[in-house]
Amino acid sequence: MESGIFFSDYRSDMALRRMPLQKVRTGLLLAGLVVFPFLATPYWLNLANQIAIATIGAIGLNILVGYTGQISLGQGAFMAVGAYGSGLLTVRLDVPFYLSIPAAALITAVAGLVVGLPSLRLKGLYLAVATLAAQQIVEFVVTHWDGLTGGTEALVVPSPELFGARMNTDGRFYWILVIVALAVALFAANLFRSRVGRAWVAIRDQDIAASAIGVNVFGYKLLAFATSSFLVGLSGALLAHYRSIVTWERFTIEVSISYLAMIIIGGLGTISGSFFGATLIVLLPAMINTLGRSLQDVAPWAATVLPYVQQGVFGLVIILFLVLEPEGLAKLWRNVKDYFRVWPFAY
Amino acid sequence: MAEPSASSPPAATCLEVSGLTLSFGGVHALDDVDLSVRHGEVFAIIGPNGAGKTSLLNAISGLYRPQKGSITYSAEAGETAVSLIGRAPHKVARLGVARSFQNIELFRAMTVLENLMLGRHIHMRGNVLTCGVYWGSQRREEIAHRAAVEEVIDFLEIENLRHQAVGTLAYGLQKRVELARALALDPKLLLLDEPMAGMNIEEKEDMARFILDVNEERGVTTVLIEHDMGVVMDLSDQVAVLDFGRSIACGSPDEVRADPAVIHAYLGDAE
Repeated sequence: MESGIFFSDYRSDMALRRMPLQKVRTGLLLAGLVVFPFLATPYWLNLANQIAIATIGAIGLNILVGYTGQISLGQGAFMAVGAYGSGLLTVRLDVPFYLSIPAAALITAVAGLVVGLPSLRLKGLYLAVATLAAQQIVEFVVTHWDGLTGGTEALVVPSPELFGARMNTDGRFYWILVIVALAVALFAANLFRSRVGRAWVAIRDQDIAASAIGVNVFGYKLLAFATSSFLVGLSGALLAHYRSIVTWERFTIEVSISYLAMIIIGGLGTISGSFFGATLIVLLPAMINTLGRSLQDVAPWAATVLPYVQQGVFGLVIILFLVLEPEGLAKLWRNVKDYFRVWPFAY
Repeated sequence: MAEPSASSPPAATCLEVSGLTLSFGGVHALDDVDLSVRHGEVFAIIGPNGAGKTSLLNAISGLYRPQKGSITYSAEAGETAVSLIGRAPHKVARLGVARSFQNIELFRAMTVLENLMLGRHIHMRGNVLTCGVYWGSQRREEIAHRAAVEEVIDFLEIENLRHQAVGTLAYGLQKRVELARALALDPKLLLLDEPMAGMNIEEKEDMARFILDVNEERGVTTVLIEHDMGVVMDLSDQVAVLDFGRSIACGSPDEVRADPAVIHAYLGDAE
């Protein structure tokens, strides 16, 4: 189906969506996103919003881990900085949310720069441990600096207002989240077809060769930390305004691990994989919950084992992906596309 | 180390290494090495295994930091020489020094095109914001450098490999792509570490032709390490011989071939 397509200028050869089929798919996706809120129940809207927020966070993490090859266990901490940053700016200083969210993302970017400093000397697991330290420090500060964060008490953020409308329903917030998530995905996709993204991937693949062709390795590592943290902080800030409540429990090491799971299951170093992984990790517990509730009449004991089943399935899914498809859902999706590219012929 | 001042006379040579000493713990990788590479020539470094050839290249490109001696470089004849010692590898690259590695160090997950575009990195300006937005000047920059990369692709005859991931290419082609990536930098000085190792005759002939073309058509000064003596003697204007980290001979291929010290290093003494 895609034979006989030739490009006569570099611009169309370098476009994000080169093939007609890709353009059709993108169109369908956008149309689906527009139609979705009119068809979906609040339950599904809520899930969609969670997926959008998780996608932004996962793209952020993927930039650092999947593309640049710097392992980070500090995802929860960066989300906390974004969430508390934006929440506090709104609550204490009355900054409108459309300013407080980017401001919080910038603050998180600076925090990311600081956490990235050890990457000058540390690689792999050693760097992971350094980011783990950052995670613990942020958790400690958040729970103990009562004067600023309210400690273990929840920080209540009023739902934001935009064009005179209060963004207090899932349906209204959906538009903000989807637009931001699409913008982030486009931004990231652009990064990786141009100078900066290529330099990051070069560092992941061969850092010595990268330096020998003129990439400032340490500078670009820091840049990756800052850019990644910016997006993660953005996702944390959006979460704060969406949930209206910020508590430290949402930003523990478990969050860091579940985000790592997202990008591993979705596919390291892919934008679409960040979305697929976020979707799976958000939907999985929700689906198990629904299943448990529908089983309640048949098997009343189901409710008691549900939490364990959830944990077990989470682990099982990660292991299955690592064994069966280490390149994740993005690779599965690519296989499907490859199959239909020549369909109905065998080659 | 001798840091040339701004008033020092224009350099007659492209690369001047003198008294270079590099040791790792007690091991002397390089011991008082001197060599001078003139502008526009092909300069070969030979020597038995472990002689310090790669260490010398690594010192030039900033990956190793020698303890003693100096390395000075001038891109064009008549330009003031600058010291390369203490300069980070990416800063050395920005001066127009490109290199290839002995064990191919390509970015395996990327396509040939992306690898070559990385070669253009130092000539591009894009930052996180412009790249993420990819609009206007950034798009024009990517397209302009794509055109530059395509010239290199033409030059090295790898048109059909453009969109292939380099990890999937045959060994000889990977070597060629690595040369292409170095050329994409528009280097003034090209350092090639065993560009023909592990190749068959045909691939070697191709590579030899490319090296000569690069040297003649693009005027790139080339320093290469090679074990194939036939290649070395045919290609190079000058040959330096290293043995146990010392330079034991330097001169034209014929002079070096006749040098008793070289014969001693390679063959041992006649009884």
